[in-house]
Amino acid sequence: MNKKQKKVLIRIIISAILVIILSVLFKFVELNIWIQAVLYLIPYAVIGYDILKKAVKGIIKGQIFDENFLMAVATVGAIGLGDFREGVAVMLFYQTGELFQSVAVGKSRKNITELMDIRPDYANVEIDGRLEQVDPDEVETGTVITVNPGEKVPIDGIVVSGETTLDTSALTGESVPRNAGKGDEVISGCINLTGEIRIKTTKEFGESTVSKILDLVENSSMKKSKSENFITKFARYYTPAVCIGALVLAIIPPVIKLIIGQSPAWGDWITRALTFLVISCPCALVISIPLSFFAGIGCASSNGILVKGSNYLEALSDAKYIVFDKTGTLTKGVFDVTGVYPAEGFDSDSLLYYASYAESGSSHPISLSLKKHYGKDIDRSKVTDVKEISGHGVSAKVDSKQVFAGNIKLMKLENINVSDIHDEGTVVYVSVDKKYAGCIVISDIVKDSSKKAIALLKHHGIKKTVMLTGDSENTAKRVASEIGIDEYKSQLLPADKVNEVEKLLSEKTGKEKLAFVGDGINDAPVLSRADIGIAMGALGSDAAIEAADIVLMDDDPAKIPLASKISQKTLRIVKENIVFALFIKAVCLILGALGIANMWIAIFADVGVMVIAVLNATRALKLK
Amino acid sequence: MKKTYGIEVDCANCASKMEDAAAKTNGVKSAVVSFMTQKMKVEFEDGADVDETMKLVLKNCKKVEDDCEIFI
Repeated sequence: MNKKQKKVLIRIIISAILVIILSVLFKFVELNIWIQAVLYLIPYAVIGYDILKKAVKGIIKGQIFDENFLMAVATVGAIGLGDFREGVAVMLFYQTGELFQSVAVGKSRKNITELMDIRPDYANVEIDGRLEQVDPDEVETGTVITVNPGEKVPIDGIVVSGETTLDTSALTGESVPRNAGKGDEVISGCINLTGEIRIKTTKEFGESTVSKILDLVENSSMKKSKSENFITKFARYYTPAVCIGALVLAIIPPVIKLIIGQSPAWGDWITRALTFLVISCPCALVISIPLSFFAGIGCASSNGILVKGSNYLEALSDAKYIVFDKTGTLTKGVFDVTGVYPAEGFDSDSLLYYASYAESGSSHPISLSLKKHYGKDIDRSKVTDVKEISGHGVSAKVDSKQVFAGNIKLMKLENINVSDIHDEGTVVYVSVDKKYAGCIVISDIVKDSSKKAIALLKHHGIKKTVMLTGDSENTAKRVASEIGIDEYKSQLLPADKVNEVEKLLSEKTGKEKLAFVGDGINDAPVLSRADIGIAMGALGSDAAIEAADIVLMDDDPAKIPLASKISQKTLRIVKENIVFALFIKAVCLILGALGIANMWIAIFADVGVMVIAVLNATRALKLK
Repeated sequence: MKKTYGIEVDCANCASKMEDAAAKTNGVKSAVVSFMTQKMKVEFEDGADVDETMKLVLKNCKKVEDDCEIFI
């Protein structure tokens, strides 16, 4: 509880004690009604002075019909009708409710912000041979900072000495620690687990990953969802409407009764109108919706999914079409040997041997994956006369034998008879002493979780999944059937991807939304064209963070169904809250107008509904 | 130009009233209040004096919700 809340609590206690003393007193002692009124005004003033003050100020400034006004009218009205105790009790109950709700909201707000709090407090900089803690904001780029075990890495940089493991879970939701040693890049926000490391900073604090993420998450509640805007608008009309309703209730029925010659019963109708007013406060609705979204976004970010606004979380729950980029998204984007096809007279080992030796001088990704697959150390003295034939491959002498390794064009150029043709992925053909030795197929490998992710998305009600790729038809077909995607489009240029997405956008109907998932490197136009752009593995890529609406901190496709699940559950909670609050309020309003609901029920309809809605909203935090 | 300010406000409905009041202030292009993070993001019109405008924003917010604060 903060200072303000404690003060209210003390006032509630004092006022409650006074009311009890007075009610006991008046049971035994008969006092003049005026003296009773004056005595009851003491606890009333203690508990209600600020409400009355605010109500008066509101009227002066032309802001009538807010909840202070409602409470002031309701309690003053009750006292005016001679119900002193009732008047004080209502104010007391209202303040208790307000306090309860402010504590509840404050607490859930704190829970959520703590969950997202990855802000480092200090950086250790060596000054005059001693380590000193300084504000990360003051550390200049290029400074060497020390991070001890248990501390957060405050600024992005490169390790200059030391070995350690880093816990990246606050950033990526990934629970397996990452190793880091000399020369490795480390990002701020990770927690150093085992050893002391020294880092040379490569960015200022304000430009570091941790600042960017904090900025993004903190601003996310500024982008409001449709449901939030709907409720704000609703509240704008609702409050005055209810006030007018109350006025009508207080005047019309007694007047009609007078006209038809019955007793008007003014007191009864005014009490009903006051009850009506107390029920009407729109706060439960207005608070619970942004709180639900905030909790949903908090839950997502603790799982390594950054949602840039409530509106995107809302849109994601309506996503029916999900379009994927292939390379780097569904596949690893690193090349690996997926097939070795030796020709007659050769075996797999010798084919790989010649190919990797011939390519040993190159740092091309294809050569690297060949060497990696070969797995043994390469003795460079066995290779001579290496020549790169641009656009074709390489020629080299391995163990004094003439080896060519490259594409089909190279084989044709050298008049080598190729006995089998493969056309998926990248194929390296090899010849030894002018004789065809076989070929090695290198292709992108599918991520482990891609298949499961697609299946889960289907399970969550996604209508269609589409894969777009610049790769060849065969590669696309193989990947598509392997992971069970509905449709694929191959051999697309970056501009074609935008066209394909636009085609799909025009196909969908009504509220349906389209999400595009890419690795963010060259997908920026598509990311911004889709209803929801999701960039993955974007840690450190500013362009992707800028263009996307949802950023996955690591590159695990399983995060996509998780994000979709979180969005759907959050929206369900939002809808529950809207329906629940409106329903209870409507019922209580009717009961109040009919004179069945008394002031206690009215206050439950105000505060009780709000607290239940807030508790329901915090459920969004605990989704897994 | 856009700037973000810390605010202090007790209820969500009051926050949305502040948002309304701020957005209607002269020199303000748009304003968004987040009750959750207790922040107000103001986009100023071109050529508007930021300090003067924020004083007006505070005054207008106080008008609709006496119990609020903007940390300018």
